Amino acid sequence: MAAMDTSREGDSTLVVRLLGAWRLADVLPAASDLDRELALAPATEVRLDAAGVTEWDSGLVVFLFKVLEGCRTRGVAVTHAGLPGTLERMLALVQESALPPTAPSVRVGWLEQVGRRALRWREQVRATALFVGETTLALGRFVVGRARFRGQDLGLLFEGAGPGALPIVALVNFLVGIILAFVGITQLRRFGAEYYVADIVGIAVTRDMAALITAIVLAGRSGAAYAAQIATMKVTQEVDALRTLGISPVEFLVVPRLVALTLMMPFLTLFADLMGVLGGAAVGSTMMNAPLAAYMRQTSQSVTTGDIAGGLAKSAVYGMLIALTGTARGLEAERSSERVGEAATKAVVTGVVAIIAACGVFQYVFFLFGW
Amino acid sequence: MADPTLRVRDLTMAFGDRVVMEGLDFEIRHGEIYVVMGGSGCGKSTLLRHMLGLQEPASGEVFFGAESFTRAGPADRERMLRRVGVLYQGSALWTSMTLAENVALPLQQFTRLPASRIQEVVELKLALVGLHGFESFHPWELSGGMQKRAALARAIALDPEILFIDEPSASLDPPTGRRLDRLILELRDALGTTVVVVTHDVASILGIATRALFLDGEARRAIAEGPPAELRDHGPEAVRAFFAGGKSL
Repeated sequence: MAAMDTSREGDSTLVVRLLGAWRLADVLPAASDLDRELALAPATEVRLDAAGVTEWDSGLVVFLFKVLEGCRTRGVAVTHAGLPGTLERMLALVQESALPPTAPSVRVGWLEQVGRRALRWREQVRATALFVGETTLALGRFVVGRARFRGQDLGLLFEGAGPGALPIVALVNFLVGIILAFVGITQLRRFGAEYYVADIVGIAVTRDMAALITAIVLAGRSGAAYAAQIATMKVTQEVDALRTLGISPVEFLVVPRLVALTLMMPFLTLFADLMGVLGGAAVGSTMMNAPLAAYMRQTSQSVTTGDIAGGLAKSAVYGMLIALTGTARGLEAERSSERVGEAATKAVVTGVVAIIAACGVFQYVFFLFGW
Repeated sequence: MADPTLRVRDLTMAFGDRVVMEGLDFEIRHGEIYVVMGGSGCGKSTLLRHMLGLQEPASGEVFFGAESFTRAGPADRERMLRRVGVLYQGSALWTSMTLAENVALPLQQFTRLPASRIQEVVELKLALVGLHGFESFHPWELSGGMQKRAALARAIALDPEILFIDEPSASLDPPTGRRLDRLILELRDALGTTVVVVTHDVASILGIATRALFLDGEARRAIAEGPPAELRDHGPEAVRAFFAGGKSL
């Protein structure tokens, strides 16, 4: 068992005898006891005598390290005798270690915390404005053919955002069509108007639901992927490599994704329109015992080109928002693997919030203009 | 006579049907710094992966002391690996953690030490590699050399008997590489750890190795073993050319 014995040699020297087995896993004397003794009765020298140590491992080194640190703080000289050679070399290594001043931790009051958050928020707004501005300029360069990006990347992005998303978009919208038809028939039957379910499903899907549902699916799929890809590129310094080559990351990474998703969203939404109507038709024709052709005829009579065009226009805006939030979250991520996951999560959350907010704005504007 | 710390017996390494290296036979003794050297792509890092159980040999065995690591079951392998520390070529620090958290993780997972004691050990290990005061830094806030030293602190957190180091000077400038070499020597002296280094850096080999093994990628076998200065002056031609830098390996 480890023990420590202290005695005085004159007024100025504290002799510390270390005895027994000093193993990390055992209960060991604390260096703070020695520090307290020095505080009560100051000394100019601490003499360590380890001749009585029978066994030791990192436990003894940790103790000596703490003693050395404490003595250094107090300006007390340390001498030692009887230390094993390897232990002496280890202490020499520790003593050579750089000791940069560490700032004392200061408790922050609530008012200061509020202030700091406000400053961070202001900084975020500023960064968002800069990002949007930079993206607008880069998009301008893309339109006139002066942006730097790889054509094959753009092709792959189109493929990923469009055909790659078709199965999930088809499934989700078909199910939404089914749900709408169920709810519609159940409610309309009370008024004997269940045959209007084709109108309700058709108009709801083409005007709003197909674009909205597709956008939410794409926010979880493409938005999160964009954020994770770009955040990973930041971790591996690929973004820095682009910058130092003189290539704007916004031109190279953001604009192709923005273009791909904005252009592919209307196509996906058109496909989603069809799947939503088919989902409604599957339920409608079955529950009402109506022929499928009759259901589809009713849908085509109620849905106008304006409904479809409005839905497609909204979807393009949603696509733009998903790409912007995804890439922005990726670019603002810090260089750590944890931040990659965080960027993907934030991209989905902000993307979905942006889509729903935009949907609300569209409803209001369309209402104002009587569309 | 005591068993060697690590023994590789008649080891053949292969990827599918393609044999990379065969008939490897060597022993590493306690307290040695044993360097596995050779040109790029000769199979040095693959040998390291075999010694750590990250890849299975086509034939042959690796022994830790008297125990066969290759034939051991998962639980025994885990127990044996507890005696080992590894410094990876790219540092492999967990970027979401601070340096203190990186070093503390093995202690938290594999010891029953109280948090206060773990913190003390973490401070000590970081001090040993000259990073005392950097506990709260994240890896990405440090230079490449400091990251390597922090990874070294993590590798020695559990006082390993054997320390494996993959390309210590990779991506470091020569002075920083030499400083890291000195640190490896000092840690070996201070901790008494056996060190296995995989490298093609001639200055590093001559600076730290007790003995070295030369892997010849073309012959697919080890062609020389011994103290590096002896290999440089009296080794086979391919080895002398390697030290002279006259042969592209």
